[in-house]
Amino acid sequence: MPLRGKTSEVSTKERPLRVIIAKPGLDGHDRGAKVVARALRDAGMEVIYLGLRQTPETIVEAAIEEDADVIGLSLLSGAHMSLIPRVMKLLKDKKVRGVSVVAGGIIPDEDATRLRKIGVKGIFGPGSTLETIIQQVQNAGGRHAS
Amino acid sequence: MPPDPLVKGLLSGDRIALAKLITDVESGSPRASEALRTVYARTGRSTVVGFAGPLGVGKSSLISRLVRYLRTEGLKVGVVAVDPSSPFSGGAVLGDRVRLDLPRGDKGVFVRSMATRGQAGGLAQGTRDTVRLMEAFGMDVVIVETVGSGQSDVNIRDVATTRVVVLVPHLGDDIQSLKAGLFEIADIFAVNKSDLPGSAEAVRHLREMTTIMSPRSDWRPDVTECSALNATGIEELWKKIQRHEDFVRKESSAHQESRDRLKKELRELLQRKLEERLRSMLLEDGEVEEWARQVEEGKIDPYTGSDRIVQRLSGQGRSKTVSRRSPRLDKGARPRG
Ligand SMILES: Nc1nc2c(ncn2[C@@H]2O[C@H](COP(=O)(O)OP(=O)(O)OP(=O)(O)O)[C@@H](O)[C@H]2O)c(=O)[nH]1
Ligand SMILES: [Mg+2]
Repeated sequence: MPLRGKTSEVSTKERPLRVIIAKPGLDGHDRGAKVVARALRDAGMEVIYLGLRQTPETIVEAAIEEDADVIGLSLLSGAHMSLIPRVMKLLKDKKVRGVSVVAGGIIPDEDATRLRKIGVKGIFGPGSTLETIIQQVQNAGGRHAS
Repeated sequence: MPPDPLVKGLLSGDRIALAKLITDVESGSPRASEALRTVYARTGRSTVVGFAGPLGVGKSSLISRLVRYLRTEGLKVGVVAVDPSSPFSGGAVLGDRVRLDLPRGDKGVFVRSMATRGQAGGLAQGTRDTVRLMEAFGMDVVIVETVGSGQSDVNIRDVATTRVVVLVPHLGDDIQSLKAGLFEIADIFAVNKSDLPGSAEAVRHLREMTTIMSPRSDWRPDVTECSALNATGIEELWKKIQRHEDFVRKESSAHQESRDRLKKELRELLQRKLEERLRSMLLEDGEVEEWARQVEEGKIDPYTGSDRIVQRLSGQGRSKTVSRRSPRLDKGARPRG
């Protein structure tokens, strides 16, 4: 009698995506960022939550120490065109490989185009659904929703 | 085997290498075991301090103050902060960094957040080995913050030589539930938020309790008060930690504890390795699978099925010549009617 399915491969579960969520800049509250953090957790990711008023330097340092796959930046202040490129440059200078950046906030189309050009992997405006955000983060982290 | 470039990086102060190795340790990869083997001799000399205690008592805030103080003393510090994974999604929100307000760009500090990934007892599976990597990286002090689930934070005993249990004024009924777990692990009680009323009473109460407790060793738990908010009592806390570290170095009862700790670690590692072997054997062995299918199809009960599988696997462990006949054709292995 033939034996069924001999597999030599031991099933190793993929490790959860590790995502940094930060809200750089000076504006007030982080309710939105917290909602996103929880949604990403519920989608099976490990979210390292940094909270408010982080500088690009501390964000990149955290991404290094946490071996993050994705950095998610939440911005309301309109400072995105200085803060995001600064994060991108620091990642490059410090030779951090394998970290993608996504950003949410009020980002005009022409800015979004420029940010994509410097390597930002996902951009979502205020109206984005949590599903869209989860999917973009998964894509940015090299995981495709199953 | 050529030396792992990540290990070389770790030993030469490369923070990215340390971070990547921690990731390997967390997922239990073979690369991690190899790296740990290489660096093991460099570990065991740092001061490893655990911070346990109920949710929100100020563990992270206190650690933040302590790290700043230790930096002024010229000590390099690693921090491992553990938070629970969701049992439903497997994901986690790791929030301790919010309260860790540390000097910017300071290369003498390294913080790593860690999710429990299903492990009980207040720590993650990879916590102990992450501490070791930080030691090998050159940290003089490594601080571990447990999940904060209160009485179940007991695994910190296996990792830290000095355990600080953080509490707050007005413990109320909490003190009763504390007896169940945290009292057994505490070397030092830190009553944080001493800026709030009731702190002195809480200290007095805890002192009383530590005198009536039957001691685990010759060490009687110390009680201290502090405020992470006002940065008071931090140096005092560190002095008490050092006093306990001195005790551990000298006392034989503490040496016994460290031997027990290694014995337990060996047992855990062995168990994990055997489980892994078992898992691959289960997947590879067609006969085992056949028994499993019979259970699934309701042809035999799970008790008999699991007995048969154990028999099969232990038989296989003894001799490689055991035939791979189907259990249905194997009279000796037929389920009892
Ligand atoms: N009044 C006062 N508040 C404090 C003190 N230390 C911390 N807090 C506050 O207590 C809350 C919890 O502090 P954390 O440091 O996050 O506490 P934790 O024990 O690490 O919390 P978990 O990791 O979630 O268990 C925060 O709002 C702090 O600002 C203190 O000494 N005095
Ligand atoms: Mg904390």
